[in-house]
Order: sequence, then structure tokens, then C-alpha cells
Amino acid sequence: MNAVLLALRNLLRNRRRSLATLLAMIIGLSAVLVFGGYASNVVHGLETAVVKRSGHLEIQRQGYFRDGSDNPTSYGIAHYQRIIDRVKNDPVLRPMLVVVTPTLEFGGIAGNFAAGVSRSVAATGVDVNERNRMFLWNDYDEINYANPLALAGTPDDSVIIGSGVARKLQLCGPLKVSDCVQPPGPAPERAASASSIGSAASAEPDDLLRLSDQERTSEPPKRETQIELLAANTRGAPNVINVNVVAADNVGVKEWDDVYLVMHLKEAQRLIYGSGPPQVTAIMLQLKHTSQVPVARARLEALLKGPFADQPLELQDYDTLNPMYRQSVNFMASIFSFIAVLIGVIVLFTVGNTMSTAVAERTVEIGTLRAIGLRRSGIRALFMIEGILLGMAGAVLGALCALVVAFLINHSGLTWTPPGYIYAYLVQISILQDLPLLFGSAAGLVLVAALSAWWPAGRAAGMDIVDALRHA
Amino acid sequence: MSIVQLKRVAKTYHLDSVNVPALRDINLEIRPQRFTVISGASGSGKTTLLNLIGCIDRPDSGEIVIAGQAVNTMSDNALSDYRCKHLGFIFQNFNLLPVLNAYENVEYPLILAKVPAAQRKRRVLALLDAVGLADRVKNRPGQLSGGQRQRVAIARALAPSPELVLADEPTANLDSQTGKEIIALMRKMQREHAVSFVFSSHDPQVMAEADDGIVIRDGRVMSVQRQGEPLEVSQ
Repeated sequence: MNAVLLALRNLLRNRRRSLATLLAMIIGLSAVLVFGGYASNVVHGLETAVVKRSGHLEIQRQGYFRDGSDNPTSYGIAHYQRIIDRVKNDPVLRPMLVVVTPTLEFGGIAGNFAAGVSRSVAATGVDVNERNRMFLWNDYDEINYANPLALAGTPDDSVIIGSGVARKLQLCGPLKVSDCVQPPGPAPERAASASSIGSAASAEPDDLLRLSDQERTSEPPKRETQIELLAANTRGAPNVINVNVVAADNVGVKEWDDVYLVMHLKEAQRLIYGSGPPQVTAIMLQLKHTSQVPVARARLEALLKGPFADQPLELQDYDTLNPMYRQSVNFMASIFSFIAVLIGVIVLFTVGNTMSTAVAERTVEIGTLRAIGLRRSGIRALFMIEGILLGMAGAVLGALCALVVAFLINHSGLTWTPPGYIYAYLVQISILQDLPLLFGSAAGLVLVAALSAWWPAGRAAGMDIVDALRHA
Repeated sequence: MSIVQLKRVAKTYHLDSVNVPALRDINLEIRPQRFTVISGASGSGKTTLLNLIGCIDRPDSGEIVIAGQAVNTMSDNALSDYRCKHLGFIFQNFNLLPVLNAYENVEYPLILAKVPAAQRKRRVLALLDAVGLADRVKNRPGQLSGGQRQRVAIARALAPSPELVLADEPTANLDSQTGKEIIALMRKMQREHAVSFVFSSHDPQVMAEADDGIVIRDGRVMSVQRQGEPLEVSQ
């Protein structure tokens, strides 16, 4: 009869009490795991979305992220292809790399001047094929909500805009954007301004309308999806190009959807740098795994100090580039910690109460065991083992219960719309995909159960034998 | 040589603010391999005396020597080990572990004494056979009668081959016939195993079976009657 078997039999002796304690632990652990699995899924989903969009690391001109994001001319990276080639051929980095691609981000104004509307956009020039390869990254087997850019194989003047931009530019019809509301008719002054450049009551700047008018008169009749894109060139002067919107994508977050515009890198460079040497605002690196970021970062820092020291460059990781990602992770972690602590306290008191009652009930037995030669440490161990066994049973059953609940939720089709998002996501609980969560929570429960048993076990071990034997 | 020697042993209980002297200046020797009964009225101090001899309580003063070993200076762990190997206990309420069957109850002190499994098995089965419970080895205490439980307790007390077995009113919770059988069994086991038995009891059946008798009153030894020797009466 070893101590574990004896402890097990003692637990089974008062089945109802043990079961009630076990139930509290099962429910507690299930709650922790289900929420933890949900939080894990959200965090992995966010990370996946961020990495698909902007990679793990970006090489930028120093200060671009902090001060220069609206200034591609001052913060452009010259000779970027040399850097890309060097990175791609580096023996340390090569095995880790999925995509290395340049990008050019700038602010501009997109106008559908035929309809008398325009709006500011956050435009991005991309290498379409490389960017579409980035969308394939899925290290956590997440459900994919991102479609490849519809720019592949399109002419250089093609662009994609957010569905919010399409609504603002009154392109819902040709771009088949749903949920569009027909805007009220143009104000008389505004309608007049569209046809009469220089009107005092015009809503747009004269020079802008003049430029637009020049473009319109010098080119063949425009397509329904053709818009004008205006941005400041390297000399600070406005430059306008005609682009053709090939699709309107719902990009999820409303604020972003209302300014989103993606175009071919060459066309973006033509708009910003004209006939000058093309530059980019960032070189994105997407790695096979997020865990490789520190190694890749260290290697890149060493590389950038060498042959590319002629222009000051710096590295930014996905965490820094997407502050909302870190905030969301911290938010989820704080809620998880709160729930875990709350449930830990409940388990602590439940198991503690069960063990205290067991000690009180078995006082004479404790005296007997001590009399026949069991040391104080043996008594302590006996009750500690009981607490730990309870914890282990609770951990195993709680984990199984959580997996069943997770399975049911994952197959229920439940959806929710995260704050600020436009469309609903499937509620998914990732428990088995997050083994540190699963084993950490289960081990935590066993630890709490052991802690709960510590004080009653100490009380039992400290009993005076004669008093214990006399206990009624 | 005595199995138990008490020299000027005193014990006082402190109940709230009241000091209750339980034993006063006890000098006593108990002969080995005898059936010795400590008798006296309730509250006379016989259980306290038994507890001190059984090393489950410590005296306030004086010296206790069991089988040549001074025990009152031992550490708590050393005393536990000593009890495990050298002393056996039989309780008024049997005090068997309810989650263990008869076999396991008898085996438990042998596990504590780290006796090898094969040797344990032989010893336990022999003892249960000797106390007439060979067919009840798998029964838990709840499935045994009072007399059977006390038989298991006797087997458990004898399991580690102790020099001394202490029994606190072992027949108090048994009917007279069963009590008689238990006394006879203990007597038989005491002789077969050449072990010393010390009882506290005021059961005339037990006292009649004793080799030696010690009468205690108000925490003092009043008389000692050793078989074959004249009665010693304390002044």
C-alpha cells in the first residue's frame, strides 16, 4: 500500500465531496482553457493578418516610421534592389526567408472628378506577385480572410481600392460594391464647379480641377472605373495619373477600408519619382516563422551596417509597426490573467476547504498513523498527495471538458465582429494548437491544488498524537 | 532487566489556566515478556502512563527507558521510527484504517518499517491466520465485527515484531464473551511471540489474566504486584 494508493482511497471514501471539488476544478479549468483558446486564436489571427500584410521585418530609412510616413521623397530608400539581392543571398537569412519585397507608401487624393468627388487615400505600391505570396503565410493554420490582390496580370495603371473608398468615389455600381446608399444630388454650386473651373464656389481647389480637366480633355473617353490619383512628387509639386480600379476589396477595418488603395509599384514610383531613380519606402521581409525574428533581425542589423552604410537605414519589426497588435495581445493577456487568477482563488479555497474537512474528520486516523510510526512528514505527504491527485484529476477532466466545449463551439458556426471591424469572424477556440496554454493551465491547477492542501496538511502533520487519538 | 523503566517521571496537563497533574514522581519497572496490567479509576493517570511508555507523549521530567533505550530525549522522527520498529499499539476503538482491508492494515507498519514485500506477505498472512482471520484478509474494517477488528488490530500491533505491545482498554468496546476471547488471544500471542504486553484496564477479566499488576491512583503508583513476588505498596 503506497502513499499514492492510500491517498486515492481516502479521496474515494467521500465521493460526493471529492466530486463537488472536482467539478469546481473542471469548470474552472474549462473556463480558463476555453477563454485562453479563444484569446490564443485571436492573437494568432492578428499576428497572421499583420504578417500577411506587412511581413515580420521592414527595412526603412531612419526616422521614416516615426516622422516620415507621409514623405516618401525624403525617406525613400535608394538602390533598394541591391539591398534586396544582398538579403536574399545571405546564407544566414536565406533559409528563413519567404518573401523579400519592396513597397512604396504615400498619401494622395483619389478623385472621380466626373462625379465631382474625391478623397484622400493611403496608397501603397507593391510587387503584386510577391505580395500575393505573402498572403499565403499561415503558420497557425488560421481560417483565411485575406484574398490575393486582384492586380496580378493587370496593366500597370490598375489599382484596387477599399470598398469604403469605392463608396466615397461613387463607384459602387461598376465595382459591384453592396450596401451602397445613393448620395443626395449635388448641390447647385458643386455641380456647377464640376463643369466650370475656377468658380468661386467650387469645393475643390482650382488648380486641382484644372489639372483634372486637362487630363480629361487630353485623353480618350474614360472608363467607368477610371479615377485620378494625385500625389506630391519629389519636387513637392502635385502629380496626377489616371488609374483604373479593377476591384474594390473589403479590408475589414472601416478606417482603413475608407483610405485603402493598392497599385503596381512601377506606377507608384512613376507618380512619386517621375523619371528620377525609383525608390521605395520599405523593404518587407516575411520569415517562415515568427520565432525567427530575433535571429533575422540581428543578422540584418549586421548587414545594414556594412555595404549600405551610405544611407541611414533601420529595422522595424511587425510588433512595432502595428501598435494595435501589441495592444490587443496585452488586452487579451490581461483578461486571461484576471480569469485565471479568479478561478485559481476559487479552486484554492474549494480544495483547501475539502482538505481541511478531511483533516478534521480523520483526526483519530492521523493519531493512529503517527502512533504506529508514520513521521510528521509522512502525514503531510499523505494530504499533499490527496490535494495533488485531486488537482491532477481536475486537470485531466477539465482539459477534456474544455476540448469538448471547444469542438462544439468550433463547429457551431458562431461568429463575432471585433471592435472596428466590418465583417464577422468565426469564433474559433484553439486549445490543442496552443500547448503551452493547455499544459500551463493544467499544471497551474495542480499547483493551486497542492498549495490548497499545504496548510491543512501542515495542520495534520503538526497534531499532537495524544490529542488526535482522544479526538471525538 | 526491565522492558520499561520510569525514573521520577512527572506529567502535568495545562488546561486553560489550570494545571492538572496527571502523573507525579513515578518510579516503575515493568518486566519483559509479561502480561502487565495498569489499573486504576478513571482519571487516575493510567492512560497517561501508557502514552508515556508508548512514546506518544513526553514527560515533563524524569527518564523513560524502553528495552534499554532512553526515549525521552529522542527527536520526533527518531521516536516515530522507534515506535514503528519496537512498539505495537492496540486501541480501545480498534483504530483500523477504514480504507484498508485486513491484510493492508496489518501490512502498513511493515511498509513503514521498510520490510521487503515477500517477507511482508509471509508475515501478514501468518499473523492473520494466527488471529483466526485467514478467510477475512480482503475484508475492510466496516465488513468485520468488533471482535474481528480487534483481532486485526492485534495482528497489526505484532506485525513489526515489537518488544512491547501497549493496549489501552482493549476490551472496553467488546461484549464480555468477545472480550474474553480477545484476552485469550492476546495472551496466546504474547506467549508465542515472546513479547511484553502492557494494558491499561479496569476490566476484571483482563486483570485476572495478568502476570503483573500495577495500581495507580491520583497520578501515583499505589501498588505493584509481580507474579511470584510479594506485593509492593507505595507509601
